[in-house]
Amino acid sequence: MTVALDILMTASLWEAVLRIATPLIFGVLGALICERAGVLNLGIEGIMTLGAMVGWLTVYWGGDLWLGMAVAVLVGMMMGWLHAMLTVPLGLSQHVSGLGITLLASALAYYLYRLWVEVGDLPPTIVPFQPLAVPGLSSIPFLGEAVFTQMPPTYVALILVVLVAWFLNRTPAGLALRMTGENPHAVEAQGLNPHRIRIWAVMVGSGLMALGGAFLTTAAFNSFFPTMVQGRGWICIALVVFASWRPGKALIGALLFALFDAFQLRLQTVVEGVPYQLFLMAPYVLSIVALVLVARRARVPEALMQPYRRGER
Amino acid sequence: MRIERREEVSVTALILAPFGAVLGALVLCAGLIAMAGVSPWVAYGEMLRGAFGSRLAVTETLTRASPLILTGLAAAVAFRARLWNIGGEGQFYMGALAAAALGHSVVVGLPLPAAWAVIALGAMAAGAVLLLIPALLRLRFGVDEVVTTLLLNFVALLFVGLMVEGVLKDPMAFGWPQSVPVAAGLRLPDLVPRSRLHVGLVLAVIVAGIIWLVQARTVFGAQTRAAGLNPGAAAFAGVPITATLAKVAILSGGLAGLAGAIEVLGPVGYVTTTLSPGFGYAGIVVAMLAALHPAGVVAASVFVATIFVGADAMSRATGVPSFIADVIMAVALLAMLVALLFATYRVRT
Repeated sequence: MTVALDILMTASLWEAVLRIATPLIFGVLGALICERAGVLNLGIEGIMTLGAMVGWLTVYWGGDLWLGMAVAVLVGMMMGWLHAMLTVPLGLSQHVSGLGITLLASALAYYLYRLWVEVGDLPPTIVPFQPLAVPGLSSIPFLGEAVFTQMPPTYVALILVVLVAWFLNRTPAGLALRMTGENPHAVEAQGLNPHRIRIWAVMVGSGLMALGGAFLTTAAFNSFFPTMVQGRGWICIALVVFASWRPGKALIGALLFALFDAFQLRLQTVVEGVPYQLFLMAPYVLSIVALVLVARRARVPEALMQPYRRGER
Repeated sequence: MRIERREEVSVTALILAPFGAVLGALVLCAGLIAMAGVSPWVAYGEMLRGAFGSRLAVTETLTRASPLILTGLAAAVAFRARLWNIGGEGQFYMGALAAAALGHSVVVGLPLPAAWAVIALGAMAAGAVLLLIPALLRLRFGVDEVVTTLLLNFVALLFVGLMVEGVLKDPMAFGWPQSVPVAAGLRLPDLVPRSRLHVGLVLAVIVAGIIWLVQARTVFGAQTRAAGLNPGAAAFAGVPITATLAKVAILSGGLAGLAGAIEVLGPVGYVTTTLSPGFGYAGIVVAMLAALHPAGVVAASVFVATIFVGADAMSRATGVPSFIADVIMAVALLAMLVALLFATYRVRT
């Protein structure tokens, strides 16, 4: 018990929590935007993998770190466009199309990486983002070290939570997006085009997912290797449900999840005799448990996974 | 522009759809091959040669297709009832583990057919349990099974790691994390001498035939179809939805588990954490390319196996990364979705 308390009292744990949460925050916001518009995007796992690859590759080829992030967003939006074309105007199964996008995006990432990058014994590396101490705030004891000396994209992720919440709840465009996810017929009646709204939502959401992937290779690590996303995309899909499709709750979910992950990583080094696989299983099991706990109360967008065809009920 | 359902769907269009999808995928991926500085004609030629060019190549392709038929069937029977089992990979590993555990010691001494039957049942039960968990979570709590089956794949693979480094670890493997081997007498006999091709292929094809019969000729087959097409109407017509979906889950998970068992009893002999080159996920593509039909599953499995075995050989000959196989498979899946749409719907302008 005291071991657990000791771990919780270190600022480095909380610094790690925010770092682990960052890709999840990007991913969960991306998935949330897609789903609030009525489109489930199971392409997330592959889009994160591809974002991780192209973001890293841009920097490896001499680009700026932020340029890498921008390229990842662009490529993610292209994948989102493909998913949107298949599921919105064509109205294909969002489940199967999403899985197809995941297979395609991750296969493309591995193929192009193998094609363009000379891999020796170890994967080549780049110089990743360095922690940025916020002037003033970072000298607050404990809190400064835990919260205000993060990698720059982490601050971006936190600001994005506020922006997305404001956009969805306080702007006309956000209202139209939410309405498209609840009742696209009403959107049409308002003279808006539900297809166009869904396509844009999926593209923007996919761009954020790719950003989450790019964080892995340009900030959390410094190289790209296959299977590095490790189910984070699927965990984001679970977190959206856990968060009841609300950005603020999504942030809390991502932080709780990251806290658990950082905590078990540290516990692994202290507790002996427990196989490490049990610790690694815990996040996936936890996600399933979280889904079961909230399943009954979840407020699913009414038109989620319902293709909209004009004049058809 | 609007899209509406065709009054009559032509069977020809449905049969042509997968061929169109595959052709489209090969054309699109030709660009990626050209980016590697290799002529697509040469690359595809090498792939065909690598998959069918010699006796050994043909047997390797069919060896690869055997578990794919079963994971493909696993996805197909589940998808038909709209049970989105994406956990074939994890169920495959659970079946493989059960086969190794039973085949190493438990059933040794039993007469052969009985020993195989016990192993097959054990592997199917192991796979079925892994799918029953998410299926019951959906039926009881309304938890989406796509996410839970996907997450359980990671749990299952870690569990395999736990076992092959723990209680099932082979002490004779020089410290490598691999499971104890199945007893030599229990390995499936070869179909073709001096090859890895084993009777598992015959078993898989027979199972496909049985599934076909069950779906076409039994009440259970009709009930799964009804539960998939319109659960509300099916329930009103007296179909027990919960029981039907639970049975489908047992069948689907069992088939994926059986795939793991024949891979262990057939070419490999033991379990490692890299036993499956994605058989579970490829099974989903197989099922979609087959339009969920059992006969189509057999054909699509051979196609997907061709791509993978061929791509390995082609990669060695030309230097094009063998990941091109995964790209072709993914594009074929997406193209198949579009092709099926145009077979069943038409565009009105």
